[in-house]
Amino acid sequence: MQPAQAIDWSYAPAPETFPVEIQAEHGLFIGGRFVDPRSRKHFETENPATERRLSKVAEAGKADVDAAVKAATKAFKTWSRTRPAERAGYLFRIARRIQERARELAVLESMDNGKPIKETRDVDVPLVAQHFFHHAGWCDKLQYAVPGIEPRPIGVCAQVIPWNFPLLMAAWKIAPALACGNTVVLKPAETTPLTALRLAEILQEVDLPPGVVNIVTGAGETGRMLVEHPGVQKVAFTGSTEVGKRIAKACAGTDKRLTLELGGKSPNIIFADAPMDQAIEGIVNGIWFNQGQVCCAGSRLLVEESVVDEVIGRLTHRMRSLRVGDPLDKNTDVGAINSREQLERVNRYIECGVREGADRIVCFDGALPDAGHFIAPTLFRGVQPAHTIAREEIFGPVLTVLTFRTPDEAIARANDTNYGLSAGIWTSRASKAYEVAAGVKAGVVWLNTFNQFDATSPFGGFKESGFGREGGRAGLAAYLA
Amino acid sequence: MPATVTKTWKLFIGGAFPRTESGRTIKAVAGGTVHHLCKASRKDLRDAVESARAAQVKWAASTAYLRGQVLHRLAEMMQARHGEFVDAIRATARITPRKARDEVDAAIEHVVCFAGWTDKIAIVLGSQNPVAGPFYTFSGIEPTGVVAVLAPDASPLLGALALACPALAAGNAVVLVASERHPIPALVLAEAFATSDLPGGVCNVLTGDHGELAPAMAGHRDIDAIVAAASGKRATALKEGVAENMKRVQVVDPDSDFTDARWRSPAVFRGVTECKTVWMPAMA
Repeated sequence: MQPAQAIDWSYAPAPETFPVEIQAEHGLFIGGRFVDPRSRKHFETENPATERRLSKVAEAGKADVDAAVKAATKAFKTWSRTRPAERAGYLFRIARRIQERARELAVLESMDNGKPIKETRDVDVPLVAQHFFHHAGWCDKLQYAVPGIEPRPIGVCAQVIPWNFPLLMAAWKIAPALACGNTVVLKPAETTPLTALRLAEILQEVDLPPGVVNIVTGAGETGRMLVEHPGVQKVAFTGSTEVGKRIAKACAGTDKRLTLELGGKSPNIIFADAPMDQAIEGIVNGIWFNQGQVCCAGSRLLVEESVVDEVIGRLTHRMRSLRVGDPLDKNTDVGAINSREQLERVNRYIECGVREGADRIVCFDGALPDAGHFIAPTLFRGVQPAHTIAREEIFGPVLTVLTFRTPDEAIARANDTNYGLSAGIWTSRASKAYEVAAGVKAGVVWLNTFNQFDATSPFGGFKESGFGREGGRAGLAAYLA
Repeated sequence: MPATVTKTWKLFIGGAFPRTESGRTIKAVAGGTVHHLCKASRKDLRDAVESARAAQVKWAASTAYLRGQVLHRLAEMMQARHGEFVDAIRATARITPRKARDEVDAAIEHVVCFAGWTDKIAIVLGSQNPVAGPFYTFSGIEPTGVVAVLAPDASPLLGALALACPALAAGNAVVLVASERHPIPALVLAEAFATSDLPGGVCNVLTGDHGELAPAMAGHRDIDAIVAAASGKRATALKEGVAENMKRVQVVDPDSDFTDARWRSPAVFRGVTECKTVWMPAMA
């Protein structure tokens, strides 16, 4: 017999090479045109996988926010009275142009955000197109959407979105607002402004009337000026619970309508009778999709005590085959953390977990890239419910494992949090799945699956994960007076 | 001549009628009689929330059919007290007997309407979601939890029920703070609650100073939603409660016409229910 030869199982690089041009400098999108900021200030956005600068972006000041709200207010007069079928026409065309420019958008998103190209290509951008397409069809059917109300638009919507799904969040905000006859001022996240600005180009291409959508880039201060602007009638925010509470306070003395999609610490519950192969994939998808920078991430793994060793054994085996690195490589499973700030925040939580006595398990054999913000998928065993890493949202590729003995205990542990965004339940018994699904306080419950999204399906949280829904007819209610 | 026994007005918490722990009272003069009502304290509010929390899970878990029957029983108990409600409304409000009777009739009809809503909320507001993938997905409607209600002064009986009924029908437990100016109808209502089959704690009734109780409600971390007739600074104080624990706060115009059909429409469930979406693989 020949001695077994060592086989190199590593993958050859498979870079996505679609060329995307990025302008050196981006203005603000106000009144249908790209304009220089009156603030005369700019900031830089980098590729988190290389730490190289991608572009300079305008930082909107007070005068810029004023101009954007003014443009949206003016546009509202005609847009709110535009024939529904005509409004639908614009949204259908936006959806089509997104599909046509899908590859470009996917690459640009991966560059600006750091998430793997396979996600931007297969999840983010297709969902963006679907969201516009779905809402296009609502324009002339709003009287059937929300029982008990006469559908009327609200006015100018201030929409502030996060960096974890930059273009998808823009779509979730803009599409229903426009379908209902509102106009928009959107503030993308500071670290990921480029795809929203590329969407602005598409809005120009389809001749969307000027001012119907305005995009002001900037950091927290720009967002604060926007949501507190007296010319705004509706505020929609996706981001941290901390900022959400500040916004709620700022809006308390006004008549502004408010919806908030905030943080989570979602349970992923594995029963002993779970279909184990699928469950392991569900755990991986739940916490390492988008590097765990997902508000509904399944970051608290609750495993039935009798199978915890089996689950950890299979999971650590699977973790070894996760490829961490270049987001633009088509084989990459886990890309870059979005910013140095976030990287440091996640690392602080990892240190905290170790300090509080949990067992850190990292099963990553390769080397992390030299440049860029990367963290190997991380698992903590021996976690107590009171540990910081079991209670606070880490927003990174860090999974904490807890155990339970009975379905009642699983529900109690699942609900032992101020959050209530999502939950995963893995079992082969339908009756148990339904019972636990009914018991968990969460806006989205995934039975034997995780992290599924769709334009027709409402998304949003219970408790401190916010209120209001996005998607489906429940989502439309947020944009109708 | 037989002695007349006058009623001692108390709070209604956890199915019992306790006095306020604070010992404070509000004086209300009605038809030559002096009534001493309880001026509920923050502690009374906390006790009421505790009772509501304890009762809510079971109330929500009971079938919609059963909740409907219980609410209908409440309407039956109200009908039996029709005259007493008319007197209670007229005790402190300058209003014709005719108008008072109309309000009681409307209030009873309102409760019957919501007795019929319990098993239709999910039908009307829920959905099956045709997602673009191999999944079966539906959205159901669940109660938000413990709901605090501040009743309006205009139509003190109908207004209180217009704000409380959607929450009760959907499976929430309620802490109802009676109209500040005309609290007696809500106290008679508490007696109807007590003699209907509504489980203790599902609907609690307090009387007191809204200016004192509103901020306490806003700051209470175990209240999940507020439905309040309020305006101005009081409305702002209530809405600041959102920042406390993301409680859902719905402020309504105290001078609303509660006989309007919109108060019986499915739109009223929005502030006191949560949409839960469940996904499962179509082929497992």
